[in-house]
Amino acid sequence: MTGDKVSVEGARSGRAEMARAVQNVDRGFAVRGAIIAGLLAFVVLAVPTLVGADWLTTFASVSIYAIVAASFGILYGRVGMISLGQVALLSVGCWIGTRLAYATSLPFPVLLLVTGVITGVIGTLVGLPSLRLSGLYLALITLMFAGATTVVLSVTDFPDGGHGFTGRSATGALTTSTPPVRRPSMAVGDTAFYRYIVIVTAVMFLLALLHVSGKPGRAWAAIRESEPAALAAGVNITLYKMWAFALASFMTGVAGCLLAAQVGVPRAITFQTQDSLTLAATSLIGGIYSIWGAVLAGIFNQLLPFIFQAQWGVNSNFLLIIFGVGLLQVLLTAPGGLIEQFPRDMANLARLLFRSVRRLAGGRQSAS
Amino acid sequence: MIEVRDLTVRFAGVTPIDDVSIVFPGGTCGLIGPNGAGKTTFFNVLSGFVKPAAGSITAFGEDILRMADFRRARWGLRRTFQTEMAIEKLSVYDNVAMIHEHSGAKRATRRADVLSAIEFVGLEAGPKARVGELGARERRLVEVARAVVGSPRVVLLDEPAAGLPDEETGRLGEVIHRIPGQFGALVILVDHDMSLVSACCETTAVLDFGKLIASGPTAEVLRNEHVMRAYLGTEEDL
Repeated sequence: MTGDKVSVEGARSGRAEMARAVQNVDRGFAVRGAIIAGLLAFVVLAVPTLVGADWLTTFASVSIYAIVAASFGILYGRVGMISLGQVALLSVGCWIGTRLAYATSLPFPVLLLVTGVITGVIGTLVGLPSLRLSGLYLALITLMFAGATTVVLSVTDFPDGGHGFTGRSATGALTTSTPPVRRPSMAVGDTAFYRYIVIVTAVMFLLALLHVSGKPGRAWAAIRESEPAALAAGVNITLYKMWAFALASFMTGVAGCLLAAQVGVPRAITFQTQDSLTLAATSLIGGIYSIWGAVLAGIFNQLLPFIFQAQWGVNSNFLLIIFGVGLLQVLLTAPGGLIEQFPRDMANLARLLFRSVRRLAGGRQSAS
Repeated sequence: MIEVRDLTVRFAGVTPIDDVSIVFPGGTCGLIGPNGAGKTTFFNVLSGFVKPAAGSITAFGEDILRMADFRRARWGLRRTFQTEMAIEKLSVYDNVAMIHEHSGAKRATRRADVLSAIEFVGLEAGPKARVGELGARERRLVEVARAVVGSPRVVLLDEPAAGLPDEETGRLGEVIHRIPGQFGALVILVDHDMSLVSACCETTAVLDFGKLIASGPTAEVLRNEHVMRAYLGTEEDL
């Protein structure tokens, strides 16, 4: 009887301890949420007042490519499916967004949604081989999709002018008289549209985080760990793999539509097959397990070329070499990317400095 | 109760399970045998990874072989693997919750069910601890917590104590032994550690080269001449 009482009390205190631990973690989430909200407010409200127009355009591109990097992170970081066709999907989203903008008078948020859904369907179809293939083979298939997209876009004079979804201009190519892809009426100017892009990016990140921290995220983690174990746990592998491709492609499609409205007149030359490879490399360097890693990838992808080319006058193709070295470094020493490695290295550096200062101070004291 | 009748599995020219009929009456049942005896293949048949060439398996009156593989977890089948499969990137809570949300159990009871499964295995680490940061014993306990959450009916444990020192194996054995009483599930334990099998299992079946060579109360089975020969070999073999 007494033993029973003890075990019941023990169980209660154990449960209370667990509840306390969970509460502490919840509090941590609240603090982190407040910091993120503050940072978002700074990026949306303060940044446009601090930088010039060309920097703002670059930051808008960083934001768009951060969405694409996050989509790569979902596929590879969460499910373990490597896709080397994410920039190709971005161009598909860009093309669909452009054509829908010319062909319809849909409000811009609806345009974003419809573009995302159509790109989501296309991306899911591209992801179908992942049910049978993985690793190098899936990488090759998606890379070939990227190559095929580049060819199709060049052949069709992407995005071509003219009215309607399949309309062509009389000259067979975009002319300077072609009106740019429309922007939302509330954000026509560059500054306002930059803010719009950052907010949509935040919404896309939130969508990704909701998935990752919920049932799909746990199922993806199980699939990544071991497909047989996931199957034994009751995970419908087909459904969750396709779900990941649909979500990643939806996000990339939305990014494509934003890009269409950002540049106004998209050109096929903007999207090269190698861009998909560069995006994969920068995503890995930034960190594929976190949204901050995706932001870092966006910075590497768009901000560094801008600084190299426009600010320093150095050919931005040199970046490919830097990315190659960076990728090697990350793969060997920090699988979580720079976003995990940098704070760790900084903490080590601070510890080292602190120890050196203390040793110096100790040496002086003993000398005196 | 699980009733296996005339089960045969063939892979090309190999027959890892050859016309086996066993009854697992309930409680904790041991399934032992030398390497290559067909134990894991039997678990793979139950999980749906391997289709048998012949035979039937009835668990609690239901033909388990007719169910789609991923639906068996919803029915109440749980298993662990020889190689520990707790998900490193997730927390202890998420590892266990993942099983609960695919088990068909009610969402409203998820938090309570998951916490009580973690508590049942006696894990010292908190529910929010990341599994990748836990030691081998704790990761094994997370696996057991995953196996008992969400009203399990059959729990298959494939060498759960592999790589653990004796003392920790003993503590794991206590947890395994309490599963049928606490959750009403039938446990089948595959392990090479005879002290663990003796401590946990009321009945034991022995496979050798895909054939059933003995079954019955554990103490009797472990004294069986054929079993000792299968494990130790005959004088001629030596």
